[in-house]
This record gives sequence, C-alpha cells and structure tokens, in this order.
Amino acid sequence: MARNLCTGNYAAGYALALAGEANRDARGCAGGAYPITPQTEIIEFLRGFRFTRGRIVPVESEHSAMGVCIGASMAGARAFTASSSNGLAYMTENVFAAGYYRLPIVLVAVNRTLGPPWNIWVDQGDSLALRDAALLHYYTDTHQDLVDTILVAFRVAEDPRVLLPAMVCLDGFVTSHTQMVVDLPEQERVDAYLPPCSVPQRMRHEHPATFGGLTWPRETELHRRQIEQAMQRVPIVLAEALDEFQRLFGRRPAGALVAEQTEDAETLLIASNTMAITLRNVVRERRARGERAGMIRIKQFRPFPRAELLQAIGTAKKVGVLDRNHSPGSGGIFWNEVATTLRERGLLVQDYIVGIGGGDVTPAVIGEIADDLAARTAAAEPLWKEVAV
Amino acid sequence: MSALEFPDVEALLRAGNTNCAGCGMSIGLQWLDEAMGTRRPYLVIPAACAIVTAGAFPTSSYGVPTLASTFASAAAYATGVATVAALNEEPHPTVCWAGDGGTYDIGVATLSAAAERNEDILYVCYDNEIYGNTGGQRSSATPEGAVTSTTPEGKLERKKDMMAIMAAHRIPYAATLSIAHRDDFLRKMRLARDIRGFRFLVMLSPCPTGWKSSPDDSVGLIDLAVRSGLFPLYEVFDGERYRINVRPDGTDIAEYLQRQRRYATSALDLDVVRRRIAAQRTYLEAMAERFPA
Repeated sequence: MARNLCTGNYAAGYALALAGEANRDARGCAGGAYPITPQTEIIEFLRGFRFTRGRIVPVESEHSAMGVCIGASMAGARAFTASSSNGLAYMTENVFAAGYYRLPIVLVAVNRTLGPPWNIWVDQGDSLALRDAALLHYYTDTHQDLVDTILVAFRVAEDPRVLLPAMVCLDGFVTSHTQMVVDLPEQERVDAYLPPCSVPQRMRHEHPATFGGLTWPRETELHRRQIEQAMQRVPIVLAEALDEFQRLFGRRPAGALVAEQTEDAETLLIASNTMAITLRNVVRERRARGERAGMIRIKQFRPFPRAELLQAIGTAKKVGVLDRNHSPGSGGIFWNEVATTLRERGLLVQDYIVGIGGGDVTPAVIGEIADDLAARTAAAEPLWKEVAV
Repeated sequence: MSALEFPDVEALLRAGNTNCAGCGMSIGLQWLDEAMGTRRPYLVIPAACAIVTAGAFPTSSYGVPTLASTFASAAAYATGVATVAALNEEPHPTVCWAGDGGTYDIGVATLSAAAERNEDILYVCYDNEIYGNTGGQRSSATPEGAVTSTTPEGKLERKKDMMAIMAAHRIPYAATLSIAHRDDFLRKMRLARDIRGFRFLVMLSPCPTGWKSSPDDSVGLIDLAVRSGLFPLYEVFDGERYRINVRPDGTDIAEYLQRQRRYATSALDLDVVRRRIAAQRTYLEAMAERFPA
C-alpha cells in the first residue's frame, strides 16, 4: 500500500475509480459527472481515469448524473457519482428512485450548506435532506476513513442481503480540500475486496420484465417493508465487510459508531464528520483534567444504529448532541434520532446546533458546550451555539 | 396455457393491454416491434400513458425488458442502459418511448444533453399534444386553439417545433412518423434502428379521449394532418440535410379540425392556421432543395 499526501476529493475519486475498475471482468462500471463546489475534483478525477470497461458520462445535471447511474445499474454495472449541496437537492428524486429500485449505487456527498443564499462551506443540511430515501448514510472523519468507507460502502450496498444505494459524506473544504496522509490501496487489493457486482434484478432479454410500473397498495407495502428489512440486515453485513477489510488491508475502519471514554462517563457528547475529531481532542483534555467526559462519533446515520447507541451510552446521565444541520421547526437531525433512541433511559439529552453554514467549530466552542452540558439540570429546547456571529 | 391461446406473448406490445381504443401509441409500438425485428430493444419509458400500458405488477404488457424512469429522466436512464450494453457488446438497441410531456416539457434538458452527447439511443416521442395520463392538460406540444383541461378557452400559444430543436443538435437522424403511412413509418424506423448515435423520431399520436375524436378516426385524422401539411413527413440528417417524404395534396385543414371536438369552441382563425402551414411548407421545401439528403 502506498502512503500518499492527498486531498479528500482526490482520495474519494481514487476510491470510486478503483471500485469501478474492479468490476472490469463483470459488466463494467458507469456513472454521471456534473460539477459543483466543493465536490468538483472528484468527478474530474473520474473523467480522467482510464477504465478498462467503464464510462463516466458528462451529464447536464445532478438529476441526470443519478439517472445515468440508475440506468447503468439496472443494466448490471457498478455505478457511482458525487455531488454537494443544491446538486444533491436537485438529484433527490432520482436518489429515491435508486433506493426504490434496490440499486447498489454509491454516492459521495461532500457536505455543503444549501442555498440560497449561496454559501460554499460545510454543513450537513444537504445530505440529511435525503434522510428518508432508501439510502445508507455514512459520515466520515479522516481522509483514510473516507477511502476505506467508500470501499466498504460498495461491499455492503451490493450484498444480496442489502441491495440499497449508499451515500458516503465528507466535510466540504475541511476534508475535501485539505491534505492528509492516506494509504491508497492498489487495484489488486480492491479487486480482492469487491466481488463482481451482481444486480440480480437487472434487465435481461431472457426474462423481459417491467421495472417501476404500477403497484397496488398491497405490493407497495411489501416493497417498503422489504427495504426496511434490508436496512435491518445492514449491521451484520457491515460487520462482515469490516472483518474482510481488516483481513485484506490490515486495518479496521470505524463501524456504525465509535464510542470513546464512555465506560464511566457522566457526560457524553455526540458528533459526526470532522467535528468528531475536534471533539475527541476536547474529551481527551478533559479526561486528563479528571473530568468524566466521553464521546460518541456517529458514522452511520441510516440505518440509525439504535442498538449500538444504547449499548455505548453506558452510565452517562447527560448527553449532548452537536448538530451541524437544522430541521426548521424541530431541531438538529441527529438529536432527533438520539433523543428518540434514548427516550426510555430518561437521560438528559440536549441539542446544540453549531457550525451551521460552515462556522468554525473550534475546541474552545466545544469546550463551552461541554461546560453547558455539565452544568445543566434539565434539557432545554435545541440551543443555537453560534460560532461565526 | 398454450402458445395458441396467447399467440402474442413474445410481441413487444402484448395483447390484452389497457390502452384506449384508437390510441396512436398502440399502433406505434406494434410498428416499433415490426421494425426492430430480431434486434429486441431495451425500453425506457418515463411517466406517461405508455408506462401505464405495462399494467400492474407483476404482469407486463411489454415483451422486452422495460424500465420506468422518473418523468424528466428517460434519456439519462437510457444513457446508462445504452452505455452498459455497449461496454458489454450487446446487440440490443436502447429505445426511449416517451410522450410529449416527457419530451417537449419536463424532459427536454435531459433529452437535449443526451442528443448533444450523441448517445446511442433511439428516442421516440409519441406526441398526443397533451398530458394524456393525467386527463389532458396543455403541454408545449399542444397546438394553438386546442381546448384542454388547463386551457379551457383554447391554447393561446403555438406548438413548440421539436423537430427543429432536435435538428439543431446536429444528431445523425431526426424524422417525423405517421400512423397513416405505414411503409414510410417502417422505413424510417428501420433506418433509425441501424444508425448509431442519437436518433429522434416523433409521431403525431391521436388521443381520442383528449382530442375528443372518434376512436375509429385516429388513422384518418393523421392522414388528414399529413395531406393538409399540418404534420409534414420529413427527415433531417446530421441536422443539415433535409428530405420531404410526403407532400401535401391540397386538402384543407378545416376538416381535420372539425373532426376533433377539442377545437369546437376555440376561436382559432383558420386563415392564420393556413398561413402557418404554408410558411412551414415553404421553409421545409427550401431546406430540402438547398440542402438535400
């Protein structure tokens, strides 16, 4: 494995390309390419890659980028694309279609604030607007986590027990445009990790069928329920995919969530993406000072890891959720899930909406949030922790 | 069940589908089948009557693999299908079968992009000049004067010239199709089948429900549309070379309009319609003479 200094976007493009190339002896790969800041370098990388059996189509919109993926996947190829922000919003209809067609398409989403007004910096409102699509969600922290998770996402999505699209998210600019040292795997190892992509429902002339015609409520209920059942099988499929990854690559990417210093923690903070890296440093400092602080990084948002979270929460009495996203009229989107999961425990669960529109969430900001949580005797409505005002 | 009981089971459009009597699309699909012969296509159909044609899951009226696309996405899904078919050296053409709503309106950006990229797709628009599946609302293909459920006093604007738009993409082949001219229809469909790159065909497709016409008059109406010059039959090669296939025979447009109640209460000025038909004919004749195919 070669150690490289590269940007998050380069790393993501590289991982997608190698996954596509790994299907060269099956039905090949295809995808759509459409630019949007801060994702553009990914599709540039893909357009420049020489696939043995593959084609990246330079389409006219994100809606069509996913449309090409759907057609290609329905024809049995490995399919993928990347987008950000309003591009994801524009793509949305076809993301839902990909899920309902049970197509294992991988979508890399570089998190960027939705406009208008126009703002190119990170928040998660774009990818979380796809919350209710039949789509796996992964939120990555380091560049290495990004590369590894893209490969794992193909493996999980294509597993016959799952067969759902997967979205792998990274922070705009903070991850996409910064460089870190990454182990970029060789093609042979990716070939070994990803079996030939099989889309069992693909279009075949031997068995002509119509996909997406009319269904009655009875069949539709069954269809949706099967999607839910597929989601419920993700934990076991993910565990196997991580085991195999560890065997082949010698390291184990994070699973659905990562709990740190939670065993005897009194207060726990929950975060995702690079905020979790900053949070980790804050928690370590506080531990060094004797505080019983802990943290959980949630990486897999769909399916939401309820069982893992309940287990990880340990003895904590107070939980704070850092949400770089906002559902107007409700609160943070991770908080909604966490609070629902922890409802029976009777814990104090406080939401902190922070870093909206790309404001810098520094260790000092997280420290103030940790102090607020420690001093709190009851949960309030979601709190806005403004960092850029 | 024996093959005798279901002789059409391998047809592209199987017997027993739910299309309305007199639907032009039914004839078009059967002639698509005939023209394709052994080169069985992949079908991609956006939201349209043609996807309702398939019937309810798990049955299908289509005898070839068929993918329903989201409304705007037929040419994008078809790009994916055709791409993978080409990567795997398959002989099956990819055919988009779309209505005018999915072609002239919501799908036009996707269509334009696929045409500009010269994707290896045969795109057929059955143009019934309304959103038929939702009960007959105006589209940009609805002609001036036609009453629809969203133009209760008749449409004020002119029909979009989709052939000119597609020809402007300089695609290898664009042509109009008439269900009253079977030999011409099949010849063009076969030609389109054998050309590589983006091919665009548009057929004027009677919708007795929306046009308020008699189901047994569908072929007759298209015959009138061609003979009067309202719907000229022509081909454009590479967006540059024109060929007129059937010339108007002097039939007046009035009868075509009178046989459809969608025009009954409209304030359409017949002389304006006649002038526009003449102008279109002059334009096409000039192009065919100056830039012959």
